[in-house]
This record gives sequence, C-alpha cells and structure tokens, in this order.
Amino acid sequence: MTKTFGALLGATALCAIASSAAADAHATTITIATVNNGDMIRMQGYTDVFTEETGIAVEWVTLEENVLRQRVTTDITTNGGQFDIMTIGMYETPIWGANGWLVPLDGLSEEYNVDDILPAMRGGLSHDGTLYAAPFYGESSMVMYRTDLMEAAGLEMPAAPTWEFIREAAAAMTNRDADINGICLRGKPGWGEGGAFITAMSNSFGARWFDMDWNAQFDTQPWLDTLTFYNDMMQESGPAGFATNGFNENLSLFQQGLCGMWIDATVAASFVTNPNDSTVADSVGFALAPDNGLGRRSNWLWAWALAIPAGTQQQDAALQFIEWATSTSYIDLVAENEGWANVPPGARTSLYENPNYIEVPFAQMTLDSILSADPTNPTVDPVPYVGIQFAAIPEFAGIATEVSQEFSAFYAGQQTVEEALANAQAITNEAMEAAGYR
Amino acid sequence: MARAVTTQRKALNTAIAWSIGLLIFFPILWTILTSFKTEAEAIANPPVFLFFDWTLENYAVVQERSNYMRFLTNSVILAGVSTILGILIAVPAAWSMAFVPSKRTKDILLWMLSTKMLPAVGVLYPIYLLCIQLGVLDNRLALIVILMLINLPIIVWMLYTYFREIPGEILEAARMDGASLKDEILYVLTPMAIPGIASTLLLNFILAWNEAFWTLNLTSVNAAPLTAFIASYSSPEGLFFAKLSAASTMAIAPILIMGWFSQKQLVRGLTFGAVK
Amino acid sequence: MATQHSRSAARIMMAPAVFLLLVWMLVPLCMTLWFSVRSYLPLRGGDQGFVGLENFSRFITSSAFWPAVQTTLIIVGGVLVISIVLGVLLAILLDQPMWGQGVVRILVIAPFFVMPTVTALVWKNMFMDPTNGMFAHLWRFFGADPVVWLTDASVLSIIVIVSWQWLPFATLILLTAIQSLDSEQLEAAEMDGANPVARFFFIALPHLSRAITIVILIQTIFVLAVFAEIFVTTGGAFGTRTLTYLIYQRVLESQNVGLGSAGGVYAIILANIVAIFLMRIVGKNLDN
Repeated sequence: MTKTFGALLGATALCAIASSAAADAHATTITIATVNNGDMIRMQGYTDVFTEETGIAVEWVTLEENVLRQRVTTDITTNGGQFDIMTIGMYETPIWGANGWLVPLDGLSEEYNVDDILPAMRGGLSHDGTLYAAPFYGESSMVMYRTDLMEAAGLEMPAAPTWEFIREAAAAMTNRDADINGICLRGKPGWGEGGAFITAMSNSFGARWFDMDWNAQFDTQPWLDTLTFYNDMMQESGPAGFATNGFNENLSLFQQGLCGMWIDATVAASFVTNPNDSTVADSVGFALAPDNGLGRRSNWLWAWALAIPAGTQQQDAALQFIEWATSTSYIDLVAENEGWANVPPGARTSLYENPNYIEVPFAQMTLDSILSADPTNPTVDPVPYVGIQFAAIPEFAGIATEVSQEFSAFYAGQQTVEEALANAQAITNEAMEAAGYR
Repeated sequence: MARAVTTQRKALNTAIAWSIGLLIFFPILWTILTSFKTEAEAIANPPVFLFFDWTLENYAVVQERSNYMRFLTNSVILAGVSTILGILIAVPAAWSMAFVPSKRTKDILLWMLSTKMLPAVGVLYPIYLLCIQLGVLDNRLALIVILMLINLPIIVWMLYTYFREIPGEILEAARMDGASLKDEILYVLTPMAIPGIASTLLLNFILAWNEAFWTLNLTSVNAAPLTAFIASYSSPEGLFFAKLSAASTMAIAPILIMGWFSQKQLVRGLTFGAVK
Repeated sequence: MATQHSRSAARIMMAPAVFLLLVWMLVPLCMTLWFSVRSYLPLRGGDQGFVGLENFSRFITSSAFWPAVQTTLIIVGGVLVISIVLGVLLAILLDQPMWGQGVVRILVIAPFFVMPTVTALVWKNMFMDPTNGMFAHLWRFFGADPVVWLTDASVLSIIVIVSWQWLPFATLILLTAIQSLDSEQLEAAEMDGANPVARFFFIALPHLSRAITIVILIQTIFVLAVFAEIFVTTGGAFGTRTLTYLIYQRVLESQNVGLGSAGGVYAIILANIVAIFLMRIVGKNLDN
C-alpha cells in the first residue's frame, strides 16, 4: 500500500513540474481576484467571450467576501503583484487610490463613455477627481416587501415609509405560528454586514460615528435610540437568531417566504424576483429605505468595482478586461442571454434610460435610492468623513467590525444596550488614539 | 486468549458501536446526501433523507465554475511531497534520537513541538514580505517547504517513538555481523519501521491536506489547493446548501477514500509511543 | 553502547531537522519581535518607526485581551475533556468484539479527514442554523423552540465543532493503547471478582495514562491555534474571540501589524505557560 502510494505521489510530482513548465508558454493571461456574488459568477461564465474577442486568457480567484478582503489587502499593501485586477468596493478605492496603489483609469477609450457612469458611483470610486476603479454593479438599499402579506395585514406601503410605519407593519405581518417574520434585517457582526446596516440606519436617527474632532459619538442619544429601536423591532417581529443573519441568510429567508419585509441592498431585488430561486417572486414590492423625518434616509451607497493594482505587469490587458466587463455591451450580452432583470445594475445612466430596463419592476426604485444617497453629506450633524455606511479612513474596517460585534452581542441578549455602546465608545476612541487622530 | 463472548453480547456491542459510529459520521453523510438534492429539497422541512430526486446538477455547477482538477492536483502534490520530504529529513533525526539518546533528547523533542506554538496569523505579513523578496508567492515549492516545516515536529516525534520500540539487541547483532550504519538503517531498521513510517505518512498527509492558513494566503492560481477551492463556496448569495455540500464533498472525498483504504495502517500505527 | 563514533554520526543525522526547525522558528520569531516594537501600519504606508513597548502595553490593556485568554483556555480545556472522556469510552467500545469493526472504525475516525473550513461550514449551515438546520428541525419535532446555537451557546458550539474534529484522533491513539492492554491481567482481575468499573479505574485507566498524555500534548498545540472554525461560524463575536483570533483581528482587520505581533509574542508566552503547566501535571508520564 505504501509503495503504490509513494509511486502515485512521485508521479504527480512529475506531472506538476511538467505542467508548470507548460503554463509559462501561454500567451497573455490575467489573474482576477473577485468575490463570489451572483453577478460576478455570471461574469465568469462569459469569460470565454472575452478571451475569444481579445486572445487574453483569464484566471479567476473567486473568494468569499471576507477572505477576498484579507487576500487583496495583504497583496496591495505589500505590493505582492499576485493579481492583475482586484474586485474592491467603495470603501477601499479612495483610500488605495490616495496611496498610489491603484492604476488611475484615465486611459479608458472613447466608446467606453466614462461619463455614462452614474455620478454617485463615479464620485465614490474616485480620489481627487481621478477614477481608480470601474463599477461592475452599484447598489443602494431599499425596502423589499411582500405585497400579499401587506395586503392581508390591511396596510399599504408608502413610496417613502418612516421607521414608525415599518415597525407597525412588521408587527402586523408577523405570524409566529406560520414562521412568518414581519421583518428581516442584518444583525451579523462585521463592518460590511450588520455594521453597514446599523450605520446607515443610525444616519436617519441623527447619529454619527465621529464629531468634527474625531471623537466617537456612541455616548449620544441618537445611537441609543437607533439600537433600542432596532432591537425592539427585531425582537417583536424579526427571525430567531437575527444576530447572526447577514445578507445571504436574509436573502435565503426571504426567498423561502419567511419574511414580510427586508431592507437591504438593491441588487437583491433581482434575486427575490427571480422565479427560479424565489418562492415569492411574483409578490414583491419595493419602497425607499425608511427615514425619521430628520432629512436623512437610511439607505447606503456601494459599488463592487474592478481596479488595477499598481504592481501589475499586465496593465493593458487588465484595462481591456475592465472595459469589457463594465461596458454597455456586456450589459447587452447578459440581457440577451438571461433577460434584462439579470444585468448588473446601478452602474450606468444609460441603463436607466433604456426602455427595456425601466420596465423591470425594481429598476426605478433602485435608481431613486441610489440618487437619494449622498456620501459626502451622510449625516444630520456634520462629520469629518466621507461615506454613508462607513467612514472612508483606513482604520474604519477594523474598528467597525469590533463595534458591530458589541452590537450583535447586545442583540443576542449577552449585554445591555448601555454596555454595548460604552464598549463601542471605548474601542473606537482607543483605536483612533492609536492611529493618531486624537 | 479467546475470552468467551456470547453472541448476545456481541450483538449488543455491534448495535451500540454502529449507532455511535453513524452518529459521529452523520454530518459527513448528511453533507454527501445533501449534495445530491436540489436547493429546495436541501432545506425542506421536515428534512428528506433518501427519498428525493437524486441529481448531479450541483456537481455540474461546481465543476463548471471552478477547475476542480487543478485544485485537486495541487492538494495531492502539496500534501504528498511535503510529507515525503518531511519523512526523508525526519528519519535520520528520529533514528539518532532513538538509538543514541542523550540527556537533551527529550528537550529537543519538546522544543521541536514548541515551534508549532507561534500563531501563524501573527507572522503573515513578515512571511508574505519574505515570499515577495524571494519571488515565491503562489509557488508550489515554497508551500511544500512550509507545510513540511509545519509538520516536521510531529513527524520526528512519531518516528522517534516507533524507532524506540525496536529492540537495540537486533542492531547489536547486525553490527557484530559487520553491517555499516547505512546497512543498519536500510536493511534492519527500515523493514521493522515500515508500519510506523506508513502511519506517519498518512497522518501527516491528512494534516498537510487540511492546512488552510498558508495554503490560502500564499496562493492565487498556480499553487492553490482544495482549501482555496472551498473558500469560494462559503456564503454565496441565495440558497446554497446543496452546492456548498457538493463542493464540500469534492474537497473531502479524495482524502476520505484514502482514509478508508488505509485505516488499518492508521489504527495499528498511530501510537505516538503511547504503547509500551 | 553508544560509541564516540556513533554519537557524532547521530549529531550529523539530526542536524538537518534541527537546523531547518531552528530557521523556521528563529526567522518568524525574530520578525515578530522586530515588528512588535515598531508601528507597522500597512494601510498607512508600512513602517512608521520604533515605538518601544507601546504595542505590548496597548495589546494587554485592551479590553479584549483577558476575555480572549479566558476563552482560549475554556475552548482548549473543553475540547480536551470531551475528546478524552469520549475517546476513552469509544476506544473501549471499539475494542470489544463486534461485527463490522473495521467499518465502525472508519465511521468514527472520518471527521479527522475533513478540513476545518468544511467542518465549520457544515456545522454552521446544516446543523446549527436556527431556521433550516438539522437541530432546529429536531427541536421543532419535539415541540421545542430551536436554539440559536451560535449566539446563545456560542462557546459551547465552537467546542462541539472542534471536539468533533479531534475526537477521532484521541480515539485512535487510545484505541491502540487499549489493544496493547494485557488481557490476562484483566482476566485475573475478573477472577478476583473485580467489577467492570473497578477494572476500568485500576487497570485500564493507569495503562492509558501515557496515551492520554500524548493526546493532551498534541491536541493542546493544535487547538490553541484553532482559527477557521471561529472565522466561519461567529467571526469572533458572542464571546468566542480567542487569542489567536484577536491577533487576526489586529493584523488583518485593523491592519496593525505591530500590535498584532505584540499579540503574537503574548500568544507564544501563553502557549509555553500552558505547555509547562501540562508538563508539570502529566510530564512524568513521558519519562520511562
């Protein structure tokens, strides 16, 4: 047994050496790190089309969001040169661009029509007016609700609801015996999960992360109001274990018909209305994310975008791919094969002027949500940072992940809201001090 | 010895052992079963066990999305070569510790184990920078060396304990017959140590196969093994239990099959010197 | 028996392994020590200069430090207790005559083959999920409210997951030890009228003490480094942040390599304290 085993291993080792030698002989190949979201996976399926057109081969490194962030951040900060294109978000792009780690996207072709990119997306993916990443899809957040359950509860969803209405509607739609939860929201720890949701929500309650001197603001009344309101509503009408639910968990619950309302990324609209995956596809309505009458809504702004790290050897090929993947012709390609509802949304103005697309039920509401989000002016009181569901400083991701863990521990009943906020305050001030802001 | 065992007693033993065995194995079995369901059946309430429409669709989806064979090949190469290399280096060390022990032998063994105590994540940046300097990111050879070093203490320890069980008199006798050191190792020790070496090989193959920190962080395309493969299937959008199960099954199947055929070796040999 | 010649030969034969491990220990260790006294912030352009022992004091005074040490010890202790107690019982059971012994053994040791990420994903999604998980179905079947495992029993959940993974290892080692137990001794005791419980405590258990020592030693080293199981399930929330995980958060989430390196030094110290502590308790079993 051992002998065969050893022989087997020896053989594979030889294969390995042979195959690595063969790989070098290949023409231009670019390596792309990306997140395993539905739209990206779909793009991978069309890679052959790109390779046929250009002769450039593409290697995909597809990773789950948290692992992806860890990998690309390590690589970009050390100039490791592992990837020719990285999929990053609106948080990373301006910071990395400012550090000179990304290739400025000013060599885009005429026909690409960079002015067609939605101004909010373009602004969020630029630093000092230079575009550093091209949006593959953009999103805001909005209310998705079950029209049938809303009707059964005798209520009507306004186009721009308030938090009070949402809470009442959630309570009315909840039916514990039938496992129907009035509302499903993110509670999962992580700055990009529950942290993003509660931060965006807190904006509508008049809260902010920092004052103009970078002092943490978790000891203020608006934060107490936000967390108390959120938790009370979720305990009344939310699913069991909501403190561990993120985007994917809630999507799955909604698709199974177990949620009355769900406030989350606008891209989810195409998943919940897709009859292949969703049991409730034909009874979903949309509304703007709720507010509290303070002049700020609770919707965020985000884009998954493609950027070229400065260390790449394949800059031209990488740029070619980015132009292809974020172009209008890619949108047409997907529309032709899989229908307009499945094209990557939220990146281009022309998409929302296309008569075919605007018929898609969630198109107008997605655009309205994106247009109503302003990252440069996110809160009621003034703040020194840019970003709605995040503050665009390098330290934010680490701080917000720990803060959201404190919040999630409160949702799970492991500590009181006062303890959670006091801990959040201490963690944030401690970290800001270490980073030299205070 | 032949202790009289009644059939009843044996039947009882069998029943208890099988139920416990199946209980422990259940998560794996359930994963395998789920991988053949549709996403809707995967979350059905109450759960369905066997009477569903068996489908290979999930495997097709996974296969279409990722180049499974490349991940698999890398896993086999990384785990296999690092283990063999580790054994080649460990055999002489373990031999000398076992047959020419000194006061410090035990200290050296414990020191070797203690090299495993530095948390990997704490040195990710330094090692990453080092790999860039040496130009060995996403390089199989670099990972083979790292995996070998990670497991070397365990390999030395295991071999040491096997060698110690080999009676010294046999060596004496061989030496009387004029055997050289090389002959001693090649013709006397090695045959006696084969079961021990085999189980060391197996255990370390498993440990290297399952190492998920360095193999994930130091690779991108060329050297990425199955641990990187599975990282693209955790928490995707929408219903995913069935596809996750299919990917999981594909990640663990090769090593499970290997374990199945070699369990006798593993059971006989995994003593770490626990038996005297 | 050992001549001068064989001694020097022995040294040469040991050299490669010792040298390699020395390098593998010293290079990361020195780098960790170097980074731990510097302010190294990758997102702010890298090395910001020497800061003395600031990282050390900041790491240890952080509110997260002592709870993390405590969680680490609870998880290590919990996994050891579960895997040894169940391991001994399983080993004894598997040593009994039965039909299909080989297959049962395979079933029992199979979890050891599963990679940690897969283990964590399977347990989290397919068993502990409060809506669609197997446990939730089971609880509802008996008319109970499903337990939200990963928040309400978070540390226990992690212990269960890690134990499931390491129980096979303990069982295997204990099984080989039990198989070597002199059956005549047991029979003699049986003749003398010793009941099964007494036979277990006075004959089997002392015989197993050395095997148990090995299990404790090796599993401690591996369980101290547990990472994927926490990363996938709770992300360090709900009181499951171990020292290893805290270091991960400092290095990769907060992008503060200096602070994380200081944490790495503390982790080595903790590991050594645990190791010395174990040696004092069980170390004599290793001598013979």
